Amino acid sequence: MSNIGSYEKRLSDFSWDEAKKVLGWREGELLNIGAICSDRVCAAGHGSKTALIWEGFGDRKTVYSFDDLRAYSNGFAAYLRSLGIVPGDRVCIFMDKIPSLYFSFLGILKLGAIAQPLFSAFGDESLEVRLASAGTRAILTTKKHLRKVRKIKDRLPDLRHVIVVEGEDDPANLRPYETIFDVEAAPRVETFDVHPSGPETPSVLHFTSGTTGQPKGALHVHGSIWGQALTTSWVLDVRPDDVYWCTADPGWVTGTSYGIIGPWALGITQCVLDSGFTSRRWYQFIQDNRVTVWYSAPTAIRALMKDGSDLPREFDHSSLRHLASVGEPLNAEAVIWSGQVWGGLQFHDTFWQTETGAIMITNVPGMEIRPGSMGKPFPGITATILDLKTHEPVTDPGKVGLIAFRPGWPSMFRAYWERPDIYRSKFVGARDDAMPEELRKDPTLWYVYGDRASYDRDGYYWFVGRDDDVINTGGHLVGPFEIESALVEHPAIAEAAAVGKPDEVNMEVVKAFVTLKAGYEPSDDLELDIMNFIRKRLSPLAMPQEIEYTEKLPKTRSGKIVRRYLRALEWGEDPGDVSTLADD
Amino acid sequence: MDDMKRVVLEYVIEEYIDEEDEDEITPGTPLISSGIVDSFSMVSLKRFLENRYKVSLPDDEATPEAFDTVNSICDLVRRHMG
Repeated sequence: MSNIGSYEKRLSDFSWDEAKKVLGWREGELLNIGAICSDRVCAAGHGSKTALIWEGFGDRKTVYSFDDLRAYSNGFAAYLRSLGIVPGDRVCIFMDKIPSLYFSFLGILKLGAIAQPLFSAFGDESLEVRLASAGTRAILTTKKHLRKVRKIKDRLPDLRHVIVVEGEDDPANLRPYETIFDVEAAPRVETFDVHPSGPETPSVLHFTSGTTGQPKGALHVHGSIWGQALTTSWVLDVRPDDVYWCTADPGWVTGTSYGIIGPWALGITQCVLDSGFTSRRWYQFIQDNRVTVWYSAPTAIRALMKDGSDLPREFDHSSLRHLASVGEPLNAEAVIWSGQVWGGLQFHDTFWQTETGAIMITNVPGMEIRPGSMGKPFPGITATILDLKTHEPVTDPGKVGLIAFRPGWPSMFRAYWERPDIYRSKFVGARDDAMPEELRKDPTLWYVYGDRASYDRDGYYWFVGRDDDVINTGGHLVGPFEIESALVEHPAIAEAAAVGKPDEVNMEVVKAFVTLKAGYEPSDDLELDIMNFIRKRLSPLAMPQEIEYTEKLPKTRSGKIVRRYLRALEWGEDPGDVSTLADD
Repeated sequence: MDDMKRVVLEYVIEEYIDEEDEDEITPGTPLISSGIVDSFSMVSLKRFLENRYKVSLPDDEATPEAFDTVNSICDLVRRHMG
């Protein structure tokens, strides 16, 4: 029997108080994610239980107990406090998936500060935009990534502290605002006065990309844990003796909601692999650590598929019990393939996004999987499909529209950092002056974020694609505006447009169309130079994998580049109404 | 070290390695499995090889294993040179 039991029964008598039952919550307990994921587990008598099995490249492997998690997160909290960091300050975590990432995340929350994890592959420009937007006060990083921070530090007046947590042990190599803090080498901090946070206390700030403008910070709160813990239990079906592996990087929301908060709130052992991807390495990791529950991404699954069905059979994967996936639509072939390779175990697709904070539509254990479908709304989530033009709920199964949710679930984001106007724009029917706290409590509104889907006669949802120009590559949203802004900083480029083009493994990859300035000629070497320019400034994800030189870009008569037209050509789709394009 | 290995190694160091770590990289250093070069960045490395050596490397041969060291990269390129 799965944790959720009967989906239909759960629908009929659902309350978010179920999360409290799952956590064994008693009224009056301290609602602080950092403490719940460490101190609380220890207080329940599980301090010696393994919390984290960490493996790096080569033979590096370290195991940490929940008591270690408690003490090392205390260590980070105390150190940050000693620097003058106070509740509400934004503290960025910018490092690979090393143990200190996990300890510091919990420590920041214990202090009452806001954790701002950023993908360590971000280039200096991506980093700067996000730190400037958040007014980040401190950044935790490693020697490996310090150079990128140094490059932008002088342009970030709010950034007071750069803390190097690994790779540097000589203070003589540091600059005045930089310090070294190695939590495992420092005295163990057994007690810390945890910030008395409540359900509405800000906790995590994740940046996400949109069609227009620079990335926005989606602000979450400590009360999000109700949604994250319950979905971890009911969807990922974790149990006390499981070894759970979430392959996501905590620079993205899956890596925090389900790579830190959900499993550790429930006292689950999880493992982390901080190493480059190869199929053999992943399969070995599952075997060596006797992984039972595996939460991964379609891009990774398709990459594994490319290496064939024989390779996984070289390993003992008999420990696996439950598989789930997130990040982009999981194609039917991948679902069927996993069932063939792992003795009938199929990946359960889950659907959600940065702003929702937790799983919204999903295939829960016990539910019939319809390969290619996203599944059904999680209990407590009211979902619908809105007509593309009228924004009224559609009543016809199979009709494509916008996925929409009634606001108010616990893990819903509370704001876009200092952008209430953009927050408001996500709610159909919102008043022009409505504030975020009104919007998320209004049961008459629909929250819409830009994906198209339909539902079938049995209530299964089927993903169709984005309703805007945002590029979903390898499960990560990349904003075309951010890429185009960086492209035109290249000395050869006059104008640029970035769109997604189909890709077998990553669903989409970035393609750029560029016009060149006078004096520059198209060439293969210039294309490579542009690719590397974007890779270093933004990230490998944002790097165009193809660049097409063109004499001119399609524009409206008012001069706006029409990405829709370019994207349609890439996907072999009808570009729609082109009458508004300028002729010249 | 032969000329191709030297050129590829210099390119990898120039494009993917922090200058402070240069002396740690050899033709046998794992690049993909160690995380020095990620799967997205492999695309630009492949493009460099194709431009420089005038070859076309099929996607199904441009695997993480084939790109894992400068040695294996050069083996792959040589197989496709005329």
